Amino acid sequence: MPEKVLMKGNEAIAEAAIRSGCRHYFGYPITPQTEIAAYMAKRMPKLEDGCFLQAESEIAAINMVIGASAAGKRAMTSSSSPGIALKSEGLSYLAGCDLPAVVVNIQRGGPGLGGIQPSQADYFQATKGGGHGDYHMAVLAPSGVQEMFDLTCLAFDIADRYRITSMVLSDGILGQMMEPVTFPEEETLNNAVPVEKSWALTGTHGLRPPNIVNSLLMDPLELERSVVERFARYGEIAARETRWEEMLTDDADIVIAAYGATARIAANALQAARAQGIKVGLLRPITLWPFPKAPLLELAQRAKAFVCVELSMGQMAEDVELAIRCQKPVLRCTRTGGVVPSPDEVLAKILEAAKG
Amino acid sequence: MPIVFEKPQGLTNAPMHYCPGCTHGIVHRLAAQALDDLNLTGQAVGVAPVGCAVFAYNYFNCDMIQAAHGRAPAVATGLKRANPETIVFTYQGDGDLAAIGTAETVQSACRGENITIIFINNAIYGMTGGQMAPTTLPGQITQTSPYGRDVTKTGMPIKVCELLATLEAPAYIERVSVDSVKNVRAAQKAITKAFQYQAQGKGFSLIEVVSTCPTNWGMTPVQALAWLREHMLDYYKLGVYRDRYAGEVAA
Ligand SMILES: Cc1ncc(C[n+]2csc(CCOP(=O)(O)OP(=O)(O)O)c2C)c(N)n1
Ligand code: SF4
Repeated sequence: MPEKVLMKGNEAIAEAAIRSGCRHYFGYPITPQTEIAAYMAKRMPKLEDGCFLQAESEIAAINMVIGASAAGKRAMTSSSSPGIALKSEGLSYLAGCDLPAVVVNIQRGGPGLGGIQPSQADYFQATKGGGHGDYHMAVLAPSGVQEMFDLTCLAFDIADRYRITSMVLSDGILGQMMEPVTFPEEETLNNAVPVEKSWALTGTHGLRPPNIVNSLLMDPLELERSVVERFARYGEIAARETRWEEMLTDDADIVIAAYGATARIAANALQAARAQGIKVGLLRPITLWPFPKAPLLELAQRAKAFVCVELSMGQMAEDVELAIRCQKPVLRCTRTGGVVPSPDEVLAKILEAAKG
Repeated sequence: MPIVFEKPQGLTNAPMHYCPGCTHGIVHRLAAQALDDLNLTGQAVGVAPVGCAVFAYNYFNCDMIQAAHGRAPAVATGLKRANPETIVFTYQGDGDLAAIGTAETVQSACRGENITIIFINNAIYGMTGGQMAPTTLPGQITQTSPYGRDVTKTGMPIKVCELLATLEAPAYIERVSVDSVKNVRAAQKAITKAFQYQAQGKGFSLIEVVSTCPTNWGMTPVQALAWLREHMLDYYKLGVYRDRYAGEVAA
């Protein structure tokens, strides 16, 4: 029998990391992700090779992840928006060094110190890179506690398979929410077959030439080649790992696009609109990068309009417009700064879209 | 013919890019020799800094990683925690270690991370063309202190060994130089001891090497060594600042 327990979203992320074989966690305190670090602090010392370390800063924490990952181990750090900004340098180095890592962002309102209430305003930062240079991260956006668990497991697998950083992008609502989680049987976890890491820094022991993990390439042609190669890998990720969920889109005139916690609010509004006879559907991106462009474009051929529901001034809305090549209007139902829209606000926007 | 001089196995055959007379090359050799002597080269993982030694990953004949500016001790922490059986060292300049990386330096020392830091104090930012470093001496002329370092506005240079010696955790902290045969020998002994301590699980070691940057000091290598002796050794006093296990280990 699979185990089923009631837990907070943040705890589900931590438990998923441990069950995925992550034994190295480095963090720095920040609300609203503290439960992840607290969980790791409790569990890691009890596990063989388990390492929990509270770093002196988010910058140090991500660099410790770089070290542990370079040593060939599954490593994770978690933070919230202002802390992720500090990690950006490390995210860029992880990309340049082709190191796998899992980074969790339980977003809060910004810019600046902002607030501690839930937000989705780090969408651009997460999906467009965040740090310097040409690169991407795989960005996974859970919309429930079970998915906090499942997508964290997936994040580790994608990271190892493609030598990329996977970001679990969530928010304070889901981080604090309690829901039942079913843990998969040990052997059904995807990482049952660990990825060979022949590049890892484990010491040559005189048996092989030195391994070098490095992002410095002084010859522009060589640097260009390495970036182009990395983008070929990104292409593979886009082809194989793009994930989304659709709800009542078959006959939809209006398509709501929403991810994470707002997708749940949107689903409520959708039911209310359907009750009024409005043909509305929902597309929920599960991966924000790669973004589910193809299904959105397909829906644009049948739908009259799109409604983007976001806890930001409309960041994902721009990607929706790009995906559908601006063929249909994209209305924004946005709240920001930690304010969450009610299902009624979303319903009003659906009605506005339906009027045309 | 008997072999009287050999390159350590711990160094690759790659030609070094350092300027003629730069002391970086000597210190690379000392570190590689120490690893060889202790039979640790095969277990070693080195962390190259941002600075003139950025290409150290081409010179040390062991697994290497290149870290972001100042972050080497954090990367080393991750490496060592993940694989405690490896011998992890960082090789950092004074801008890297004592300016942008101050937090990582102090905190890794404070935790007593079981790593070895080789710290090159040449009183200047070498790679970027000779700007003022946290270790630049009072009155010293650099590109960004063209009238000489004004200590009323920029404070006095940081003495890293003395600073870290205020912490409880570090196992071994020594300041050495490579300006003379005698001092090179002493530096070799210190670096070897630092690696030995790590292999024995004794904790954090930092060896500061008072060094030269003839190019950016605007001197010949010989003049630079004389300047080092005359000006630097007075402010940066050589010696052992911490040895938690003094007398226990024959180095
Ligand atoms: C984040 C960041 N800031 C600045 C630089 C530019 N930079 C390259 S080397 C260097 C100075 C290194 O000086 P030091 O650590 O004293 O080493 P040296 O070159 O003297 O050996 C700087 C500032 C950089 N690469 N990254
Ligand atoms: S610039 Fe200075 S520190 Fe750098 S290699 Fe040349 S002499 Fe050495």
